[in-house]
Amino acid sequence: MPPVAGLGCVAGLLGVAVLAVLLGRSRAGTPFVYGACLVISAIACANAFLRIGADPWAITLPLGLPWLGAHFRIDALAAFFLIVVNLGGAAASLYSIGYGRHESAPLRVLPFFPVFLAGMNLVVLADDAFSFLLAWEFMSLSSWALVMAHHQDEENRRAGYIYLVMASFGTLCLLLAFGLLAGPEGGYAFASIRAAVPSPTLAALVLILTLVGAGSKAGLVPLHVWLPLAHPAAPSPVSALMSGVMTKVAVYGFLRILFDLIGPPVWWWSVLVIALGGLSAVMGVLYAMMQQDLKRLLAYSTVENIGIIFIGIGLALAFRANAMEWAAALAITAALLHVLNHMLFKSLLFFGAGAVLSATGLRDIEQLGGLIRRMPITSFAFLVGSAAISALPPLNGFVSEWLTFQAILLSPEIPQWGLKLMIPAVGGLLALSATLAGACFVRAFGITFLGRPRAPAAETAKEVDRFSLVAMIALALCCLLPGILPGLVIDFIGPIVKQLVGGAMPRQEEVAWLSIVPIAESRSSYNGLLVFLFIALSTSITVLGIHRLASRAVRRSAAWDCGFPLASPFTQYSGSSFAQPIRRVFGSLVFQAREKIDMPPPGDTRPARLQVTVSDLIWEFFYAHVADAVMAAADRLNHLQFLTIRKYLSLVFVALIFLLLVLAIWS
Amino acid sequence: MVVITDIAVQGTQMALVLLISPLLTGLVRKLKARLVRRQGPSVFQPYRDLLRLLRKEVVLAENASWLFRVAPYLIFAATWVAAALVPTFATGLVFSWSADLIAIIALLGSARFFLALAGLDIGTSFGGIGSSREMLIGTLAEPAMIMIVFTLALIAGSTQLSTMADYMLSPAVGLRVSLGLALIALIMVAIAENARIPIDNPATHLELTMVHEAMVLEYSGRHLAMIELAAALKLQLYLSLIACLFAPWGLARDGEGLAAYAIGIGAFVLKLAVGGLLLALFETSIAKMRVFRVPEFLGAALMLGLLGTLLLFVSKSL
Repeated sequence: MPPVAGLGCVAGLLGVAVLAVLLGRSRAGTPFVYGACLVISAIACANAFLRIGADPWAITLPLGLPWLGAHFRIDALAAFFLIVVNLGGAAASLYSIGYGRHESAPLRVLPFFPVFLAGMNLVVLADDAFSFLLAWEFMSLSSWALVMAHHQDEENRRAGYIYLVMASFGTLCLLLAFGLLAGPEGGYAFASIRAAVPSPTLAALVLILTLVGAGSKAGLVPLHVWLPLAHPAAPSPVSALMSGVMTKVAVYGFLRILFDLIGPPVWWWSVLVIALGGLSAVMGVLYAMMQQDLKRLLAYSTVENIGIIFIGIGLALAFRANAMEWAAALAITAALLHVLNHMLFKSLLFFGAGAVLSATGLRDIEQLGGLIRRMPITSFAFLVGSAAISALPPLNGFVSEWLTFQAILLSPEIPQWGLKLMIPAVGGLLALSATLAGACFVRAFGITFLGRPRAPAAETAKEVDRFSLVAMIALALCCLLPGILPGLVIDFIGPIVKQLVGGAMPRQEEVAWLSIVPIAESRSSYNGLLVFLFIALSTSITVLGIHRLASRAVRRSAAWDCGFPLASPFTQYSGSSFAQPIRRVFGSLVFQAREKIDMPPPGDTRPARLQVTVSDLIWEFFYAHVADAVMAAADRLNHLQFLTIRKYLSLVFVALIFLLLVLAIWS
Repeated sequence: MVVITDIAVQGTQMALVLLISPLLTGLVRKLKARLVRRQGPSVFQPYRDLLRLLRKEVVLAENASWLFRVAPYLIFAATWVAAALVPTFATGLVFSWSADLIAIIALLGSARFFLALAGLDIGTSFGGIGSSREMLIGTLAEPAMIMIVFTLALIAGSTQLSTMADYMLSPAVGLRVSLGLALIALIMVAIAENARIPIDNPATHLELTMVHEAMVLEYSGRHLAMIELAAALKLQLYLSLIACLFAPWGLARDGEGLAAYAIGIGAFVLKLAVGGLLLALFETSIAKMRVFRVPEFLGAALMLGLLGTLLLFVSKSL
């Protein structure tokens, strides 16, 4: 396959978008558009797969700025992220063939879906700052349109508004970062940025701007506020794309600038990245634990996983700044593996949430329950996703977290005291977020799929269509495979690691029995395949042995529950009661959880009430104030809108004089 | 030939942990009974209980799902695999490289995950209370455990249990503050993870204080047997973990011959007995704490682990 197929696929997707506008109203429109997206994404994925070990391929098209042209390039890093984007895109397209049939206003989704996929592909393909930013905005705006697909809902409109503001702010930061990198001569092609070495102050500024620009898109705390609003508002397959794939494109942007364009890192950069990563990991999962809306819960858990990825990236920066390439290779491998893994299980979980939504019309877990009996395949797939995201062996989530822990264990060698004191604490935060994720997904799965149905809609739910089921089962398998054969994946991403940090992990295919060995066998090793086989074997031997030799009799009867007959389903533990102990332990500190109990005195027959308030501190202490300040400034400046033409002209004149003066003094 | 011995050692280990863990549970119960001047059941009572449960039919709640029926076997298998990888009488187990200490903890985490889900399956309020509290305890105990692993791994230069035990046997260890902190934290975590007093009471059936027992309330017959056996295995696992890291004496090294293995098994049984005695003494002398005191207890363990790790990070450059 010629490498230009990558661009061909983008053109194809844009063509499909045009067709979608024409076909949107017909019945065949939905399967045609998603089917075409599936085929094109699969081709793009295969193309990227072939490019990963190959030499970089570049092309310049006479588009965009006339003196610059549009540069495109596929190197190992881009190829890896193209795989992530298109694999997620293919899965979402397959799922949508079925899910899209329930769409009430298909014209609001169909044209934007392929455009969104094309935008994400273009960001990864771009090889100059102009095309990169254009593609970035393309991706933001098309996803904004998808968030606004169900705009009748007041909440969705608010989500769309906040998303738009945050996305523009992020792009502005990236624009400034590229401006600083390109320098006064305006060398916007990545090749010329790579060749120039920025001064330390400039590099630091670029780092901070990139962290804000790419970090806000990825959902790093404290720039995450839009994410849990916007991701759930979109139709479920688009939520999967936004959470599973678009955040990874943001990670790509971060990696591209920090590891490729900016030149050698300074050690204190990693302090910022690791600290923000650790904060995101714990805050994200704590917020996720408190959510009642299944899709919002998943969106907050994305914040957590992005935190884990950034911890890996930060560690790689720290090692690289200290010329420990072999350790940097381990840390960046962990981060990249988690990029892939998170795409897989988060897409799967959003598909599951979408299936629940289309079967019951509900997103609130407090009204669900007992779906495992009505939707067995969906619940199995969701269970696999939950186990994978909770980092349980032998699934894929465990491998990447295990590698991150191994990278942390290498960090005492780092000479800087700031890092020495911080990394163990971040290790503790990482461990805490991993176990909290376990609790969070026990809650998500247990309240939604287990127990007894709490609302009539959950009682009469039916299993979803076959396309959705195939997409979910395929992703569930994808969660298992890298988990039991991690060595193959690590070897596969070896070229990218080599490109990013210059070092490499030991070749894993040479290790016996397909285990993975990050540094040396005496130090640590893990074999997902054997762990899987051991568990499978000992489970089946036990089951067989007991059923053969002891008893296999089963009697169905009423539940025991210490002798109480089962009362109304509302006596079950609900999502908020499940989270109560954790809310009590972390709540008063992290989200100012307050419980207000209204207990009527004896003799009074009105019902007792328990009211829990949980608030997002970052929103209250930062964004609310910023929004107030902006509003106040707007009020002040409002009278500028009603001036005479003379005053406007004089304002323009003063501004011109001022800028000329600045220019004169500057040079 | 070497391969055959290796596999034989690994097989012995798997059988040994399975066979000896009910005895340990029985021993602790007997000792606790004697300490409060009761006669107590025989130390072999857990075996009889297990056999009785295995032979009985399972009474399933009407709305129990497939997960409820599969979970006991998964919990048992995950715990058994984890227990088989902790060196009990010999280091250099042939499969020890397939999962290091972090993976062993994660395997126990998987068992907990499925146990908590099983508690939610029927939709009873007790199941929910148990799952919710178990996840709270797990959420705090596991990070503490990871910090302990960090401490030990930084000292031994490995997260591989066999290598760690070998290192602890060598004279290179010496006395270290971090090791002491790790030991205290590990004991605290072990108590919490095994639902012992003061965190939880394994003998209670008083509804509002149950944690572990509340989750398994709906289980009966062979399913209950699997869960009880898994609990016994877990207690044995933590005791052997403490023994192999902090009292590795008597462990047979790789290829030391039959005599060494025999000594190893003897030493292991002795260590378990001592561990059981200490546990019984501790449990008898302390009162159960309120559920919301548990975070303070485990928070202390986490801080000890973190302190141990920090000390090592700092001392590396001195």
